[in-house]
Amino acid sequence: MIGFLCSSIGRKLVLGLSGLFLVIFLVVHVSLNLIALFSRESYEAACGFMDSNLLVQVLVPVLALGFIVHIICSILVTLMNQTTRPVKYLVGTKTAASSWASKNMFVLGAIVLGFLGLHFFHFWAKMQLQHMLGHEGANAYELLVALFSKWYYCVIYIAWVIALYFHISHGFWSAFQTIGASNSKWIPRLQLIAKIYAIVIATAFISIPIYFFFGLNVP
Amino acid sequence: MKFKLKIWHQKNAKAKGRFETFDIDNISSDTSFLEMLDILNNKLICDGKEPIAFDHDCREGICGMCSLYINGRAHGPDDEITTCQLHMRKFKDGDTIVIEPWRSAAFPVIKDLVVNRHAFDQILQAGGFVSVNTGGVPDGNAIPIAKSDADESMDASACIGCGACVATCKNGSAMLFVAARVSALAKLPQGKVEAAKRAKAMIAKMDELGFGSCTNTQACQAECPKGISIAHIARLNREFLCAKLKD
Repeated sequence: MIGFLCSSIGRKLVLGLSGLFLVIFLVVHVSLNLIALFSRESYEAACGFMDSNLLVQVLVPVLALGFIVHIICSILVTLMNQTTRPVKYLVGTKTAASSWASKNMFVLGAIVLGFLGLHFFHFWAKMQLQHMLGHEGANAYELLVALFSKWYYCVIYIAWVIALYFHISHGFWSAFQTIGASNSKWIPRLQLIAKIYAIVIATAFISIPIYFFFGLNVP
Repeated sequence: MKFKLKIWHQKNAKAKGRFETFDIDNISSDTSFLEMLDILNNKLICDGKEPIAFDHDCREGICGMCSLYINGRAHGPDDEITTCQLHMRKFKDGDTIVIEPWRSAAFPVIKDLVVNRHAFDQILQAGGFVSVNTGGVPDGNAIPIAKSDADESMDASACIGCGACVATCKNGSAMLFVAARVSALAKLPQGKVEAAKRAKAMIAKMDELGFGSCTNTQACQAECPKGISIAHIARLNREFLCAKLKD
């Protein structure tokens, strides 16, 4: 098993599977966020459910583990790949077939991770962490209103979502390729699904700062 | 046509290389790229200088011997060709052409533009063959093989082992080469028997020799002179994972 995980395909398999797990998490996260666009009460009730539900509490460390595994594997794969070309080309590759995202997955992932730290500081630390420590957490809806009223936070948030879009648009189909679940018919289909999925997720995430920044929540 | 050539010059495997610039003129647009280098070398020899070393053999795109990374592309600015099939009409008169050897830790430079691709032989020796006893030659229709399987195997068999996939991959991965070999054999009855063992052995050797891992950028597929699809990489992943699960 250790030998398998040390192989180039083994590491990529873990990277792909953890990525697909995080992709599922994004659907749950953004679905919850979108409730805030329709009803404050429903959003607060959904947040309350997430705070109290036993299954969610069990899944939180699993989610954290998913992130950690994905990050560690990406660092290992990137470090290993950095050693394979000790002398670089004078003229950088002019192959047009590679998407920009596919060539910059690590940088895109680092941008996503950087924002995640900010996100943790602004939301998780004031809500879930307070609950874990037995304190009263901040009101999630009020946090949204306060943070997304600041233009610079909205800009950072949208930049993060754009990085996430590119990361998913390659990572999603690439994960299927890595686990061997694709063929010549399914590669273009998976690439299309990945693009549609990334657009849907990015649009849903971006709609939240826009909604609050332009005061659409105020009747 | 006239060109300014910026060519990698390296005396031997241990020497430090550098780019040298040459001017060449009176080149017909119908001259092949390797013929242009021949003309340059003739000129260098006449001037009492050492010619540029580069790999070549059949000069008709089937042996996989020629290489060269030309202006940022393996086998130069055209699709599904080897360097020997590239012609000077693909360039503009007065162009500067940068010619580099394949760059990979697994393909060390021997001299100038010549690299050692023995690593590919080692991968093949690890498992890229059929060792089961297949007996005498059977009747052509005795072993039914689906047309789609035969076609896929044939497409994968087109690999000439030139190394363009490794040269162009940002990770220096040899996955397309290994996948083509694994796919070509795994789709046929004789090769299927050892498919699991073969995938494991070839991947282990590929990793050992310092090739990178595939991140599905598709650059290999775009630069492969035989247009081998990354769908074969998916099959290799599948073969390898199934083989490891059965262990």
